Formats: sequence, structure tokens, C-alpha cells
Amino acid sequence: MNQGNKTFEESMTRLEQIVRSMERGDVPLEESLKLFQEGTELVRSCQKLLDQAQLQVKKIMTAPDGSPVEEEFQDEP
Amino acid sequence: MAQTILSITQLNEYIRGKMDADPRLTQVAVRGEISNYKLYPSGHHYFTLKDEASALRCVMFKGNAMRLRFRPENGMKVIAVGKVSVFPRDGAYQLYCSAMTTDGVGDLYAAFEQLKKKLSAQGLFDPAHKKPLPRYPGTIGIITSSAGAAVHDMLRILRKRYPLSNVRLLPVRVQGAEAPGEIAAAIAYANHYRLADLLIVGRGGGSMEDLWAFNDERVAYAIYQSQIPVISAVGHEPDVTISDYVADLRAATPSNAAELAVPDQDALRQSLDSMSTAMAVALNRQLKAARQHLNVLSQSPALRGPTAYIEQREKGLELLKSRLAAAQNQQLTRKNQRYIAAVSKLDAMSPLKVLSRGYAMAQTQEGTVIRSVRQVEPGQRIRISLTDGKLSATVTEKKEDAV
Repeated sequence: MNQGNKTFEESMTRLEQIVRSMERGDVPLEESLKLFQEGTELVRSCQKLLDQAQLQVKKIMTAPDGSPVEEEFQDEP
Repeated sequence: MAQTILSITQLNEYIRGKMDADPRLTQVAVRGEISNYKLYPSGHHYFTLKDEASALRCVMFKGNAMRLRFRPENGMKVIAVGKVSVFPRDGAYQLYCSAMTTDGVGDLYAAFEQLKKKLSAQGLFDPAHKKPLPRYPGTIGIITSSAGAAVHDMLRILRKRYPLSNVRLLPVRVQGAEAPGEIAAAIAYANHYRLADLLIVGRGGGSMEDLWAFNDERVAYAIYQSQIPVISAVGHEPDVTISDYVADLRAATPSNAAELAVPDQDALRQSLDSMSTAMAVALNRQLKAARQHLNVLSQSPALRGPTAYIEQREKGLELLKSRLAAAQNQQLTRKNQRYIAAVSKLDAMSPLKVLSRGYAMAQTQEGTVIRSVRQVEPGQRIRISLTDGKLSATVTEKKEDAV
């Protein structure tokens, strides 16, 4: 199961925040430097998440008690 | 045994005569599925109508075919009207088709419109009820056949666009009597176990009958009740089903649904790059502004030559000090003059001046100035001040003037 999506979503949201506040230019220089550093790290980690991601495909089957069970689903030759 | 021997032509013509004489064969309507359909350059249509067990050769001449209200295709179920007769050259009978309509589709259209109206009145298509799709779906539930091309098309596109997702396939039958129940149940199941952030419900293209499961009200209600947002992806572009109306988003095809479901990683990478640039630009601008500010400050006299600045300020201070001293002097002189004037005024009024003119001042021993004879009694000692000294005296007599 891919775990990166949540991180990716949060990172993107935070990045958009950082870019907005840096573009407004109303934060002190020292704060901007910190934001820039944080943002640059987020960009790198997002790129890495995309690079390493592999679509996970499972077929849902039903256990005797009705609960879902994941099975491999081969969709690529 | 004497037997008349007929030519083939004669026999075929005989049979044709028989058939043409039968009123039940001259105007017949037959239901079947089209196969081997061919349109000749002459404009005549040739095809075979068949059911589970048998086949019937058919021809429709250009003049009749021009009146068709649909384009016949293999697999289509139709009702053909015409006469059955023999084609003598082949010795085969066939249906000379004068008119043809699609079978059942008329009924399906009516049923579709009826259900659409009913569900619309119940608010199932209400735009206000439509849920927004997640921007970055972590898990996508696909409810479709695990055998069709549709699922592979969708997985290929999802893999290419957004491999951060997880896909859960809930296999269902997508046509036939069991399909609507299975599709509706899968939607409810996915909701019950919260199996996905987003559902894609659909199948690839097919005839109107093939897509009919997605015009079933059970499926419609299941989509409407789904807490998980649903993309409907049924058939090809022009096919619109009830599911499309109820779903939170309608996709033209399953592939299109996969495109709508997730962001495109190429676009995301681009957006990451542009955010990087934006941050760098913003920071540079701020740095530049700070540098400019610093320049302005360093150009100021205080920082350029501190000694000269201090000297200059010291001069200023000296100047201020001397101005202060001058002001103080001036004030002092003015006060002095006023003092001298006041003193000379006082001097003119001094009792000593009066005494010098020959007057004397009498005082009691206690120093009280004696202004009246009533203040003293004979025998009392008094003091008398003159201009150059004091006398002590005793009152010997007191005489009050009559006024």
C-alpha cells in the first residue's frame, strides 16, 4: 500500500502556503530564509515521492464474515 | 415410372410461385439479431438475421434502405418487415426487407426517460448534492468488470498520471440481469468499509442494452447515497446514462474517468518547479531590498567616517553650549538691573534717611515703635534712635494733645 500520498498532499498544501506568504513579502528576511529552506526540502521530498511511487492495485474479495480481503490483481503483462 | 423432369429454374420458379401465393409470407415481421451485414456499392443491404438456433438471409434494396432511421450494425436486435421469397439463382429463400426498426430500444428509451423524470423529481441530480472530488486521492475504488478492457485502460492511465495512489478493484458484472444489483451492492460495500477516497463506477462501450445496468434505479440510489465521491464512466462519449446524471462527476469514458480522478504527475512536477522558482524569486527580491537598505545606511555620514561625524556633532554641541551660556548671561544682567532699581527705590524710603533729617524714632524696650503717648506710662524706659546712634531714656511726664 502506498503511504506517500498523505505526505505528498500535506507537503503540497504547506508548499502553497509558503509560496503565498513569501510572495506577499510581509515576513521578515530571517523568516523568509527559514521558509525558503523548508520549501526547498519539501519540493525535493515531493519529487522523490513521485519518483519512487508505484501504483498499487488490489482486488477486493469478501471474507466469509463479509469483511473485505485484498488480493493481488495482475493487470500488467 | 414416368416422371416429369424439371430444370432447376423451373423448380425454383415453382417454389417461388408457391411462396408468393402464401399471404402469410408476403407480409411478415420477424425479430432477430443482425450479422454478416454488408452494404454494397449499389446501395443494397445484405445481412443475416438470426436467433439462438436459426438464421435467415435478408436483403434490403436501396429504395427501402434509404428510409431507415438508424444505421444497421452487426449484433443489433431488430424487427424486419417484408416478404419471404426465393432467389432463383441460388435456390435460396430470403426475406426481402421493406422496413426495419430496432427492437426494444424504443421501449428502453421510454423507460429511460421515465426513470430520469422520476429520479430528477426526487432530487437525485441536484447539483447541490454533488460532492467535491479529493485533490490527491490516496485510494481509488474501481467498480467494474475485472475482465473488460476498461479496467486496464484506467489502470494504465492512473499508473502514468499519479502512481502515488492505491487502487482497489471491486469486480462486478456490468451487464445482464445481475449487474445492477452487484454494482449497487459494491458501492454500498465500499462505503461501509470505507475502502476508497473516490469511486469510479463504469464500463466500456456497448449497445444501449449493454449499458442498461447503469440506467437502473438501484445503481442510481446507491450512487446518490454514497458518502465517497463517485465518478460515473459508462461507454463512449455520446452515451449518457442515469448514473452519469447522479454521479458527482460524469466522465465520457473509463479512460477519461482515470484522467479526471487524479492529478497528472507531469503537471505536479512542473508546479513543484515553478514553486521552487517562485520561492527563489521572492527571497532574492527580499535580499535585494535588504541590500539596498544596507547601502543607504552605509552611505550615511555616521557610518562612512565616524570620527568626522563625531567631531561635527561636537562642534554643534559647543555651539549650543555657548548659546546657552550667552542666554544665561543675558538673563542674569537683566535681573541685576532690576535688582539695582529696586534697591534705589528702597533706599529712598529708608527710615535712616528720615532720621538723618533730624527726626527720631522712639521704641519700647521690646522694640515696638511708639506712635502714641498711650503706648507708654511715666517712669517707663524707652529707646530713642537718632541718625548716628541710640539713647536710653525714662518717660518723666505724659501729656496727651487735645484733638
